[in-house]
Amino acid sequence: MSTMNLEGLEMIAVLVVVVVFVKVLEQFGLLEAGYDDSVEDELELSAVRHRPEGLEQLEAQTRFSRKELQILYRGFKNECPSGVVNEETFKDIYAQFFPQGDASTYAHFLFNAFDNDHNGSVSFEDFVMGLSILLRGTVQEKLIWAFNLYDINKDGYITKEEMLDIMKAIYDMMGKCTYPVLKEETPRQHVEVFFQKMDKNKDGVVTIDEFIDCCQNDENIMRSMHLFENVL
Amino acid sequence: MAAGVATWLPFARAAAVGWLPLAKKTMPKPPVDNSSRSDEILYVNVSGVRFQTWKNTLDRYPDTLLGSSEKEFFYNEDTQEYFFDRDPEMFRHILNFYRTGKLHYPRHECIQAFDEELAFYGIVPEIIGDCCMEEYRDRKKENQERLAEDTEANEAMDAPLPPHSTPRERLWRAFENPHTSTMALVFYYVTGFFIAVSVIANVVETVPCRPPEGKVKDLPCGEKYQLAFFCMDTACVLIFTFEYLMRLFAAPSRCKFMRSVMSVIDVVAIMPYYIGLVMPENEDVSGAFVTLRVFRVFRIFKFSRHSQGLRILGYTLKSCASELGFLLFSLTMAIIIFATVMFYAEKGTKGSTFTSIPASFWYTIVTMTTLGYGDMVPNTIAGKIFGSICSLSGVLVIALPVPVIVSNFSRIYHQNQRADKMRAQQKVRLARIRMAKKGTTNAFLQYKEDQQLGDRDSDSTALCVKNRSAFEHQHHHLLHCLEKTTNHEFTDELTYSELCMTESVGFRTSRSTSLSSQQGAQNNSTGCCPRRARRRAAMRLANSTVSVSRGSVQELDTLQVKTTSIPPQNRSSLNAQPRDLKLNCGDQDFTAAIISIPTPPANTPDDSPPPSPAPGILRNTRATAFTHETVKISSL
Repeated sequence: MSTMNLEGLEMIAVLVVVVVFVKVLEQFGLLEAGYDDSVEDELELSAVRHRPEGLEQLEAQTRFSRKELQILYRGFKNECPSGVVNEETFKDIYAQFFPQGDASTYAHFLFNAFDNDHNGSVSFEDFVMGLSILLRGTVQEKLIWAFNLYDINKDGYITKEEMLDIMKAIYDMMGKCTYPVLKEETPRQHVEVFFQKMDKNKDGVVTIDEFIDCCQNDENIMRSMHLFENVL
Repeated sequence: MAAGVATWLPFARAAAVGWLPLAKKTMPKPPVDNSSRSDEILYVNVSGVRFQTWKNTLDRYPDTLLGSSEKEFFYNEDTQEYFFDRDPEMFRHILNFYRTGKLHYPRHECIQAFDEELAFYGIVPEIIGDCCMEEYRDRKKENQERLAEDTEANEAMDAPLPPHSTPRERLWRAFENPHTSTMALVFYYVTGFFIAVSVIANVVETVPCRPPEGKVKDLPCGEKYQLAFFCMDTACVLIFTFEYLMRLFAAPSRCKFMRSVMSVIDVVAIMPYYIGLVMPENEDVSGAFVTLRVFRVFRIFKFSRHSQGLRILGYTLKSCASELGFLLFSLTMAIIIFATVMFYAEKGTKGSTFTSIPASFWYTIVTMTTLGYGDMVPNTIAGKIFGSICSLSGVLVIALPVPVIVSNFSRIYHQNQRADKMRAQQKVRLARIRMAKKGTTNAFLQYKEDQQLGDRDSDSTALCVKNRSAFEHQHHHLLHCLEKTTNHEFTDELTYSELCMTESVGFRTSRSTSLSSQQGAQNNSTGCCPRRARRRAAMRLANSTVSVSRGSVQELDTLQVKTTSIPPQNRSSLNAQPRDLKLNCGDQDFTAAIISIPTPPANTPDDSPPPSPAPGILRNTRATAFTHETVKISSL
């Protein structure tokens, strides 16, 4: 019994000495522990730099004047020196306008609507072209833009689920402290109302033609389309 | 809101086109923006150094000197520039703040000069960015402490007594500052002497003296000269008791004095004597009695009143308590590990001194501190190997890195302080952000109020419009559009909690005809109103009927059903409410430079007296920190 103990413990003791020896050797660099993680991770891609097209081209493509483009670009560049906005920054900026609620979901949809080439970042051209449609476009163009926003998967149809997502996102922006108190089924009811109005052939989806037709027949909507024209 | 966000407002407003097809109600009209769109370059001359910047840059922070119309006071017509007779070096940083939104603290500048510049330009120091905030705070605290020390030193040192002080106060002063009077000094030295005598007596009475005639064994002196020592002890204790009672009498706050460390030491020092007097000379209790005598050594701590060094040492130990605790803990862990290992390694040998694990503790401690008494030694090979590892690790754990550990702990200590500071700052920042959000919300609610009023009275709209910046107009219009889209309105927490409360009562407001049916069915949901109790106190506003726009409850305790008609003279009370609510939520001007101030609306120029204290109050609270006070405004 005692010999067993001795032997067992001796083994352990010898093992410990060997381990210490190995560690010491490692310290002296004679044994490599095999560092797999390379230094390549250090060389992160530096911040993406993006320069917009020239002023003349943008002037031709959008309906803004030269001065307006200058002012827009200065503001844009100040906020995003790298020249592009990624989704996180976009969400942060948009959230600042709606302090009471949670604007992140809606900002996500908005980001997708602005990001025309779907590369995950909004460059100045995307930004300015979106703004050009919204502020200086014809009513038709604005409606097409709105349809594009609602159509989350960009397949040409607005389903009830997509509309419900959008509606929930908008109601999220209101936050909790509203009058009257927000209920669970309010967005759903709103979607029902919307679909009743827009879905002419009752097939459960709203196509772009249905949408544009219906909006053009609605006086309130047509009138409000001109609201934001003098924003810039 | 941050500065640059203002540039994104047109974008946010344009994106509101996405709500238009969904809107349940018609959109409100946008504000008219008459300001010119073109940007101009301003020239600012600061003591000869010319700076140029866009006007928009300066307009980002409308509540600073440069962003508001205050700078017009400094406009020089002849040279068409703004002239400031201030430090151009500092101005560079100020201007960078406008450009980047972050204020940096230049490390080589004097903290007070920097503070003065900030105060001149109307910038709140809390805006300093994270990179420089800690440096700024440290310097500021250092400066303040130095100033405080100077003033304290000036006061404490030989300051003349206030003319009408009671004898008690004079006595206390004499005790605290022995240098003030001769008597105090004498007393100070006498007590010091007696402390020394008492300690020496305690020590000497255990030294063996020559035995008296007729005995062989050496006696300790205490027993030989028992009477002499007893007399000396009595004298010392009498003096100490007298001193303690005097201090107790003279202390301004007796409770605080009794709880202080020094008084506890005093009590512990003299207690054994009295207990010894009281206790009978029993064999049973003599053991305890002997223990008590040990406490007499605490008299040595009374010296700390006389020695600054001892006090500093005590204070240092107290402040390093956590580090010492950690050191002790890691030592204990190591001791337990090695003791266990040694015990099991030496278990087999005959006559081994390692009888149990606690017995091995002694060996481990002696080995780790490299004492090595040799009363316990391992005999087995395994025991010897582990014993040597133990002693090596002891060297490592204790002897070698003691300076390293000390500096390490000092670094950890500072880091911890920094982490705590950061957390505190974070809390402050979050609070600030919350307040800013509330501020914007309240501004918007205020704007809606004005819209309602504006529908009836065009004069007031003109006045209201003048007080609000274009940015605010547009932002409020945007929020208004969102409201119309969803057919719900923004409210603040107060009204929200009131709504929750009144839902169960079936409270009917003037506008929500459809609501009452919904509300009757619900019972009071506890989840939505956590702060109900606190807000109730804030709701004791002046008597006024409920307003049309928000159905905000005035007297909830009476639970009346309010009428629908609003007499016209309550317009000023309408003005009163939002301001009350705003003030209840804490003032919005806290970080003036970040958020746009929702300026109070102009008093409606009608027959009812305007609630005049309100604007003044608002302005006052602008300068002070965030307050929670509720302000009663008497309407009408």
